[in-house]
Amino acid sequence: MSIAATQKRSFSAILWDYLTTVDHKKVAHLYLFGGGFFFLLGGLEALIIRIQLIKPMNDFISAGFYNEMFTMHGTTMIFLAAMPLILALMNAAMPLQIGARDVAFPFLNALGVWLFIFGGILLNMSWFLGGAPDAGWTSYVPLATDSATHGVDFYVLGLQIAGAGTLMSGINFLATIINMRAPGMTYMRMPLFTWTTFITSVLILFAFPALTIGLFLLMFDRMFGSAFFNAALGGNAIIWEHLFWIFGHPEVYILILPIFGIFSEIFATFSKKRLFGYTAMVFATMLIAFLGFMVWAHHMFTVGLGAMANSIFAVATMAIAVPTGIKIFNWLATMWGGSIKINSAMLWSLGFIPTFTIGGMTGVMLGSAVADYQYHDTYFVVAHFHYVIVGGTVFGIFAGLHYWWPKMFGRILNETLGKWTFWVFFFGFHFTFFVQHFLGLMGMPRRYWVFLNDQELDLGNFISTIGAFLMGVGVIMFLWNVIATAVKGEKAEADPWDGRTLEWSIPSPPPFYNFKQVPLVRGLDALWIEKTEGNKQMTPGEPLDDIHMPNGSILPFIMSLGFFIAGIGFIYQVDHKLWYIVLYGGMALALGTMVVRSLKDDLGFYVKKEELEREAK
Amino acid sequence: MSHIHPLNPETMPNEPEKATLEGKNKFLGLWFFLGGETVLFASLFGTYIALRNSTAGGPTSQEMFGLELVFIMTILLLTSSLTSVYAMYHMKNQDFKKMQLWLGVTGLLGLSFLGLEIYEFAHYITDYGFTFRSSAFGSAFYTLVGFHGGHVTFGIAWLITIMIRNAKRGLNLYNAPKYYTFSLYWHFIDVIWVFVFTVVYLMGKVA
Ligand code: HEM
Ligand SMILES: [Cu+2]
Repeated sequence: MSIAATQKRSFSAILWDYLTTVDHKKVAHLYLFGGGFFFLLGGLEALIIRIQLIKPMNDFISAGFYNEMFTMHGTTMIFLAAMPLILALMNAAMPLQIGARDVAFPFLNALGVWLFIFGGILLNMSWFLGGAPDAGWTSYVPLATDSATHGVDFYVLGLQIAGAGTLMSGINFLATIINMRAPGMTYMRMPLFTWTTFITSVLILFAFPALTIGLFLLMFDRMFGSAFFNAALGGNAIIWEHLFWIFGHPEVYILILPIFGIFSEIFATFSKKRLFGYTAMVFATMLIAFLGFMVWAHHMFTVGLGAMANSIFAVATMAIAVPTGIKIFNWLATMWGGSIKINSAMLWSLGFIPTFTIGGMTGVMLGSAVADYQYHDTYFVVAHFHYVIVGGTVFGIFAGLHYWWPKMFGRILNETLGKWTFWVFFFGFHFTFFVQHFLGLMGMPRRYWVFLNDQELDLGNFISTIGAFLMGVGVIMFLWNVIATAVKGEKAEADPWDGRTLEWSIPSPPPFYNFKQVPLVRGLDALWIEKTEGNKQMTPGEPLDDIHMPNGSILPFIMSLGFFIAGIGFIYQVDHKLWYIVLYGGMALALGTMVVRSLKDDLGFYVKKEELEREAK
Repeated sequence: MSHIHPLNPETMPNEPEKATLEGKNKFLGLWFFLGGETVLFASLFGTYIALRNSTAGGPTSQEMFGLELVFIMTILLLTSSLTSVYAMYHMKNQDFKKMQLWLGVTGLLGLSFLGLEIYEFAHYITDYGFTFRSSAFGSAFYTLVGFHGGHVTFGIAWLITIMIRNAKRGLNLYNAPKYYTFSLYWHFIDVIWVFVFTVVYLMGKVA
């Protein structure tokens, strides 16, 4: 029995394996399960919101509960669903695409995923402990500083913990891509998904610290009596908006750029063509990322920054449409004249193009500062960002899951069910959000608990709610597909899609060391090049030799648990000083684990050459 | 076992901190981490600049700040950066004892900096009643300077940990990157202090 093959193991052995894993492929599974769970939760919250808005003056839920609902929906979907699911795909595919055996910091990788999971749990505990946050996912002050329950405290600590994990992933991926590419894999030979992972990591690195500080200030104001946002003591509420959006706008590109990478892989693979305009794609991505830092104030046009500031930010905002347009045309040109195969992954990608283009168009409309005074805080904005985030990010995650599922789990998702899922979700999506453009233009504000009778808003809202349920059905179908595939899905070969990049040159799922011998890369689409020259496999870039691998560790889990406990202490020390015990206890656990980590050498282990040879027989 | 890189090679390479892939990764990772830290401090500086005149009738920076003490603190921290350079110099010469010695000096200088900072804060609180809660200026001041102080504290704890851990076994290719990344981090803290000194104290006294 080979070391890579799965033996039948007891449940507790598997559990322990996942708790201590530092393998990027298993970390990807954890991100997937965690993110998938929160995606379902966020979807449930969305359905409750839509039920409340199915008819005028509805009283399905109370106004206060409605506020908690939309706050948690937005926060959950952005931070606990979309981000982790993207990180899942990055972890699953990127190291394989560059021919690496793991990421640069496997320990930090595991720490990142546990911080995310514990942060997510902490945030959601608020539901049972006196009320969830209710100041919107943007948590504007003074609404957030005045919010009476502990909800916003859970928001602050939950996001702080989860956000720290994301920041680590960003640093990790950057070091991985720079230092650990296979021989011959120059920057301009990297698959586009690796490129977008790289650039997204830069965005994470420079955007998240602004949120970190924003959250600290909010935490200090709410828990320790500081006065950053307290106008009575000279504080300034606008600072929060700046910090939040300096993070927030790059964040929307963090959500979309990796997805652009996924689509680039899929279009090239299933058109059997090299990606059109590869270089332009790389530079367009960089340009988008760069401009993404210059436009945050388009979320603040109505704040009153002045005509000059608004104009500058308006022009910068509209400029982003240019590189984005370049990308759209490159994808179209990739398909042009290709031998196109339409399967589920491809359907999601094809559906993305018109949907995202509409979202981009409304984006440019919103970017016109003058017009934005009309659109701002209406359902028009809600329609815009769902067209880009659902039509872009969520479609892309589904596409990426269909595409890489065989590599991640060794089985192919059912195609028939996959196609049905797409169509149901696609129509549900447009039913839900297309009408919201018009609801917004007719003046329906966002984040309101009810709308009035006789405002001609009834039909639109009704259609929207029906659409939301269709999307729900789509998600259930996907879930069904996942379960059915796990039970009796078709086993995947190493290269089920006739792929172009390195991840398809190794078994599905790969052995834990990924590459027995690191491959030699001779150009863009490294595997495809070998195929066109009639080679069955990649040429090895090194002789067969011992493989150095990192040790598993439970410390990331314990460290995250420590921060989680400390977070609870922070939240409740306002009520009673005894909670400081919990605070310091949690901190001691986290910092103590750090010291242990520092004191105990972790040299990894070697997979012996002989063992690898034996396995080859 | 032959090709497993020994962590204690017969002749140490010139740059022991970057001789292994792990070392290279640590080195690069720390640089990126400092990039993120830059944004972190930039956000704090931005907040401070926005709020530094929001004294809400409380004491102002002109009334309180004395440049003498802060000047001494600056010298202490700048010198500690220099001593950490000496330490890295001795690392490259594989003189472990001298390296530990200079790192010890670095740590002591850092500690005295911290001591003075605590004294300074205590002075503002007791003599002027100027606290974290007294005004937006107070909140911004203690948060910015305190974040820096927190970084110094963390740095000292880190330094002590690796110094004790490796005291008996000397330099090898496993711990060299740890020492080196510490020294990078320490320089960064120092650079941040230069900005704190300028933006908070100089501009606070003069402007
Ligand atoms: C051509 C590209 C885009 C332009 C010009 C653009 C422009 C804008 C503008 C001006 C707003 C503010 C509207 C208002 O509040 O009045 C906005 C909101 C928003 N956009 Fe975009 N956008 C673009 C692409 C994207 C993408 C790709 C995403 C995410 C993947 C995104 C996500 C969002 C979100 C989440 C909001 C609402 C935030 C909130 O207030 O809760 N946008 N967009
Ligand atoms: Cu934006």
